[in-house]
Amino acid sequence: MSHATTHEHDHHDEKPKGFVKRWLLTTNHKDIGTLYLIFALIMFFIGGAMALIIRLELFQPGLQFVQPDFFNQLTTVHALAMIFGAVMPAFVGLANWMIPMMIGAPDMALPRMNNWSFWIMPFAFAILLSTFFMDGGAPAAGWTMYPPLVLQGGKNVAFMVFAIHLMGISSIMGAINIIATVLNMRAPGMDFLKMPLFVWTWLITAFLLIAVMPVLAGAVTMILTDHYFGTSFFNAAGGGDPVLYQHIFWFFGHPEVYILILPAFGVISEIIPAFARKPLFGYTAMVYATASIAFLSFIVWAHHMFTVGMPLGGELFFMYATMLIAIPTGVKIFNWVSTMWQGAMTFEAPMLWAIAFVVLFTIGGFSGIMLAIAPADFQYHDTYFVVAHFHYVLVTGAVFAIIAAVYYWLPKWTGHMYDEKLAKWHFWLSVISVNVLFFPQHFLGLAGMPRRIPDYATQFVEFNMISSIGAFVFGFSQLLFVYLVWKTAKGGEKASSRVWKGAKGLEWTVPSPAPHHTFQDNAPVNDADLAHGSAH
Amino acid sequence: MSQRHVDKKARKTIGVTLGVTVLMFGFAFALVPLYNVFCEITGINGKTGRVSASEVNQRDFDPNRTVVVQFDGTVNSALPWQFHPRQVSMEVVPGKLYTTEFFAKNLADRPVVGQAVPSVAPGEASLYFNKTECFCFTEQTLQPHEEVWMPVTFRVSPDLPEDVHVMTLSYTFFNKGGLTPAQEKAGQGSHATGR
Ligand SMILES: [Cu+2]
Repeated sequence: MSHATTHEHDHHDEKPKGFVKRWLLTTNHKDIGTLYLIFALIMFFIGGAMALIIRLELFQPGLQFVQPDFFNQLTTVHALAMIFGAVMPAFVGLANWMIPMMIGAPDMALPRMNNWSFWIMPFAFAILLSTFFMDGGAPAAGWTMYPPLVLQGGKNVAFMVFAIHLMGISSIMGAINIIATVLNMRAPGMDFLKMPLFVWTWLITAFLLIAVMPVLAGAVTMILTDHYFGTSFFNAAGGGDPVLYQHIFWFFGHPEVYILILPAFGVISEIIPAFARKPLFGYTAMVYATASIAFLSFIVWAHHMFTVGMPLGGELFFMYATMLIAIPTGVKIFNWVSTMWQGAMTFEAPMLWAIAFVVLFTIGGFSGIMLAIAPADFQYHDTYFVVAHFHYVLVTGAVFAIIAAVYYWLPKWTGHMYDEKLAKWHFWLSVISVNVLFFPQHFLGLAGMPRRIPDYATQFVEFNMISSIGAFVFGFSQLLFVYLVWKTAKGGEKASSRVWKGAKGLEWTVPSPAPHHTFQDNAPVNDADLAHGSAH
Repeated sequence: MSQRHVDKKARKTIGVTLGVTVLMFGFAFALVPLYNVFCEITGINGKTGRVSASEVNQRDFDPNRTVVVQFDGTVNSALPWQFHPRQVSMEVVPGKLYTTEFFAKNLADRPVVGQAVPSVAPGEASLYFNKTECFCFTEQTLQPHEEVWMPVTFRVSPDLPEDVHVMTLSYTFFNKGGLTPAQEKAGQGSHATGR
């Protein structure tokens, strides 16, 4: 079924005519990649708007703009929209666009399923966002959906659970597709240890996805039956245990944070060698480091719940296991720095974002190690320190990598160079404001400001004001990004097929813009075109 | 490379990955019994031991060692009861049998069934906290405005780790039958939570 479609297109290389055929029914990996990226951008702005309302309310102590219940709805849906609506679909979009071109495959292994897995997403988020307009409002128990609080929600519980089921199905289908593509569709000569790191990190991410998204689906299903069908999985009155939910949730939740960051590692591992004009330092070490991070992510989950009253042995185990992750992550950071070491570096926009990623993600990693220290975590738990930590790894980590990837591959997608001057403006505005936004939150947390509150004690005023100012500058700077992408899509200086002098990989051997169909003939790949072509 | 060949290989990949997906969905549910077994064996999570009266006082213990046991009683918001311990804390000798009482009163105009769920903190001490008699072993039914004193008989094991000096026995009473306040207002029929 799936390959029949590919065959039809062999005879002509035109894009299907008409909006419905081109976008709604598309099975083309590039078009689906574009759809994913546009969807992610829209969700980034919806989730971002919620964040700005949150920061607006927190600009001053007291209640000015929103009521506490609506505030809680905003924090909950902001997280769900950013994690499942923005970051994950953006990386799936990049995978769709780039993986087939990077491994010399004509398309994804399952093009029809690819179409479904994208088109489920708008429905999932329409369902989730529609809860804002119901009486009782949107889910407000936090994105972690802890019982018993979540069980006290109204109708929105069913909508939230159903939306999460759909997102889960979509990501599982996407993951299966990526695994099937990478394992079966590589061009002859594209051995595993010649694959670009972006492909490697995505392959490992896809395995994480199929391992833990079903666990989340199970957890929210039990929430659903506890709420509507009188079961007592997490209901203490019936003999259930709310803490059990936290174990199940974080068994999903910790690998999930690597689902959000491993593809970012892949992107950065592509960009830094291209602009340092040196092959990546320690390619195989990078592959093994990624695999060990993925493995360790399954045995550290309870570091999110040090305060539930675990036995000492449990706290020690999860503390040391968590700190162990710093080793493979450190290997990656040092490899990136070593790649830049004595390289002939130039600082075009993708490289600037990549360097910012390395520096700022490392800050997020360090605050993560602080949080991993069980005795210290009792102080940090549920404070703004945690908020600062995960925004450093997710915004200046995952989101920065996505933006870097877009600048890096945009000329390949559109055939035009973006406006470098404007891109530098975008970068410097963003990188300064994002630190103004999130760095003070470390201090707020250490001083004891709890997260998820609409009002706060007056000793927290100054840092909250600074943080809110940073938030608005960062938020509005992203409009510049939209303008830049739109302008590049419309026109601009023609891009060559190589685009960047130091770029390596099969995607740079096809013309810019990349034709609708690439690598149709399964020709053997030329080692000289690959970043890791020589023996390792 | 023939398209057929790829299809066959891809189908195997899809089969395996789908299998993993289904397995992990089941694993989420399997965690429920696994977790309970794990907690019972290790005694963590405040799940306390239960011994018969004859098993008690069969071992030597140090009559000079004392620990403080604190008592705490909470009512879930869905239960129209008053509930509290007679005394806030008592000093006990590990190895000896003690009895204390909890007070409960039904504030509603109809019979209500409640179930108390015990928890002992710190978690590592819960294995050594044994109850021979407890109102939490069964459901409690209180007639309208009925008041009761309910006894708890317990023994702290002499094997309790040396570094534990204070432990807390906490009960939360949940609505097992009868009516929630909202339903009471709406005048609806009986409603059972739990299984
Ligand atoms: Cu974690």
